[in-house]
Amino acid sequence: MRKMRKMRYLGWTLLALVLLLGAAAAGIVALNLRGEDPLPEQPEAFNATPQLIERGRYLALAGNCAGCHTTRGGQAYAGGLPIETPFGTVYSSNLTPDAKAGIGSWSRAHFWRAMHNGRSKDGRLLYPAFPYPNFTQVTREDSDAIYAYLRSVPPAPTPNLAHRLRFPYDTQAALAVWRALSFKPEAFVANAGKPAEWNRGAYLVGGLGHCIACHGSRDSLGATQANLGLSGGLIAVQNWYAPSLADPHEAGVSDWPTADVVALLKTGVAPRGAVMGPMAEVVFRSTQYLSDADLGAIASYLKDLPGVTAQPVMRTATNATRRDAGTMARGQKIYDQRCAYCHGDQGQGEPGAFPPLAGNRAVNMAQTANLIQVIAHGGYLPSTQGNPRPYGMPPFGQALDAADVAAVLTFIRGSWGNDSPPVTLLDTTRR
Amino acid sequence: MRKALHRIAAIALLLLLGHGIAAIAATPPAPAPPSGNDIERRVAACIACHGREGATTNAGYFPRLSGKPAGYLFNQLRSFRDGRRFNTDMTYMVQHLSDAYLMEMAEYFAGLNLPYPPVPPVSDAPPAQLARGRQLALEGDATRRIPACVECHGAALTGVQPAIPGLLGLPRLYVSSQLGAWLTSERHALAPDCMADIGRRMTTADINAVASWLAVQPMPADPKPATSLPAALPMSCGGMPK
Repeated sequence: MRKMRKMRYLGWTLLALVLLLGAAAAGIVALNLRGEDPLPEQPEAFNATPQLIERGRYLALAGNCAGCHTTRGGQAYAGGLPIETPFGTVYSSNLTPDAKAGIGSWSRAHFWRAMHNGRSKDGRLLYPAFPYPNFTQVTREDSDAIYAYLRSVPPAPTPNLAHRLRFPYDTQAALAVWRALSFKPEAFVANAGKPAEWNRGAYLVGGLGHCIACHGSRDSLGATQANLGLSGGLIAVQNWYAPSLADPHEAGVSDWPTADVVALLKTGVAPRGAVMGPMAEVVFRSTQYLSDADLGAIASYLKDLPGVTAQPVMRTATNATRRDAGTMARGQKIYDQRCAYCHGDQGQGEPGAFPPLAGNRAVNMAQTANLIQVIAHGGYLPSTQGNPRPYGMPPFGQALDAADVAAVLTFIRGSWGNDSPPVTLLDTTRR
Repeated sequence: MRKALHRIAAIALLLLLGHGIAAIAATPPAPAPPSGNDIERRVAACIACHGREGATTNAGYFPRLSGKPAGYLFNQLRSFRDGRRFNTDMTYMVQHLSDAYLMEMAEYFAGLNLPYPPVPPVSDAPPAQLARGRQLALEGDATRRIPACVECHGAALTGVQPAIPGLLGLPRLYVSSQLGAWLTSERHALAPDCMADIGRRMTTADINAVASWLAVQPMPADPKPATSLPAALPMSCGGMPK
């Protein structure tokens, strides 16, 4: 008798659990389907005019689609580039109009659903390495133009590669849960209180530009946190820091002339800064091709970002006393041997060629990841129409060990008026 | 044609400049203010590894750049950028540079005419290995269809204009690792990739032998690349001007 009651109790509990799980699953499915338009039953007529294709080409550059969907030296848009994430490797897909390997069998409605809802033609959920949390803001008109352009590029038979993600990230169920928590399709909403130029900038920065993918923070599930804005973020795996675009101590441009912001994005150099690392890639493959009007719009939006209150950073005299004299001496020796030739013996640089290190905000930033990267790997600014023959920095990763790099950076950050905290061996070994 | 004349004039100018630089190379020159097209300062990033003005000794790993045929240097820079050659630092340096700029860099280093350091004639390689290396370099190995180095790289092995590199004055480690990379398909050139075909016909013993022998050859009195091939290439190679 008691046994039967116990059995019945267990049965009810199980039933409740099943119902609960079913409800949760239904909720997740519903959340994954929200904002999704039904696909048209009949294939729609689609007239890809040369003007539409040209517009799509331009927009594909604004979104830097080729940056991920093309391998080094490979056919444009044929996909196959490995993108390392903290959850495993995602391979970009073939966007050429090949019927089997590419998106040749996709309709413009399929393409729109991928851009706006993050769902593939076959119904699979897409990984947000494809930045649809940003592209969801792209208008249907712009999505159709990009679709028209991609239909016009030469088809490539390159088959898509299977992603290599760890369990459970490799399952559609985990992706569905992620999307239920972190993704909502939404259209761009213009701010009526701002001029049209500002709104155009907001649309480009927040949509195709997907600037927040690097310049924002991500939560523990890898989702960009729109509420924190472009306040800077460490780029996963690459170990570069995309500085805050809101903070005048990092890469904020509120006090830059608009023309300088435009110059930086168009040529890679500006009077008060230049692009290296991942941003050199962005200028080289994307922003250098944008119109002055669009770059001006981006500038007016970035200049107006809600600034952070200038923090009284730990740049106080006490730090000076904390700099180890031996480290400073070692750093100075390395500086004199390796750096002074271009950056000058007082860190003054050479206008138009080599940047000054004295008073340079990129040198004095709290985050030192980029300094360590630049010393290890060097690099050239991108060749652009406005700066076709850029200057470059040598890679010192072979010549200097982690202690050398820490010492020379500590010296640079503590000399010629710079007064920023030392760089430790802990920082330089964590590359 | 006018462009070609300009190019020749530019190279001549660089050669003159190169002589001037060679004279003061013993002491590191003080930074000069930017002058003319300023290319020597724009390629300053290359010197941390390849030596000042692109001339290294034959010790270590990094290959000398100065005096190599411009077409060869240009092809290598493009290959690093476009994924045919792999070296993390090189790829990183050139990944965002245009063809025009890479060609200008190549022409700059090709136009330098700097003296070669004397090559120590001693080697720790056994005499039999050196003999095998000499045989491969000068005669090849017909049974395995390996052409002699001299058939393509010039009778003096100083390369042939405009796109075949010299093989002398290079670190042994560099030569052997390049041949090894052909053998294991890690280094590629524009198709048809003739050196990949040759590399795959060689054994690691062959590679060590020829690299050891090449590394101890003195530079001939005229270290410049030959202006033309004595005969047609034994096989078809990409990246050569048509």
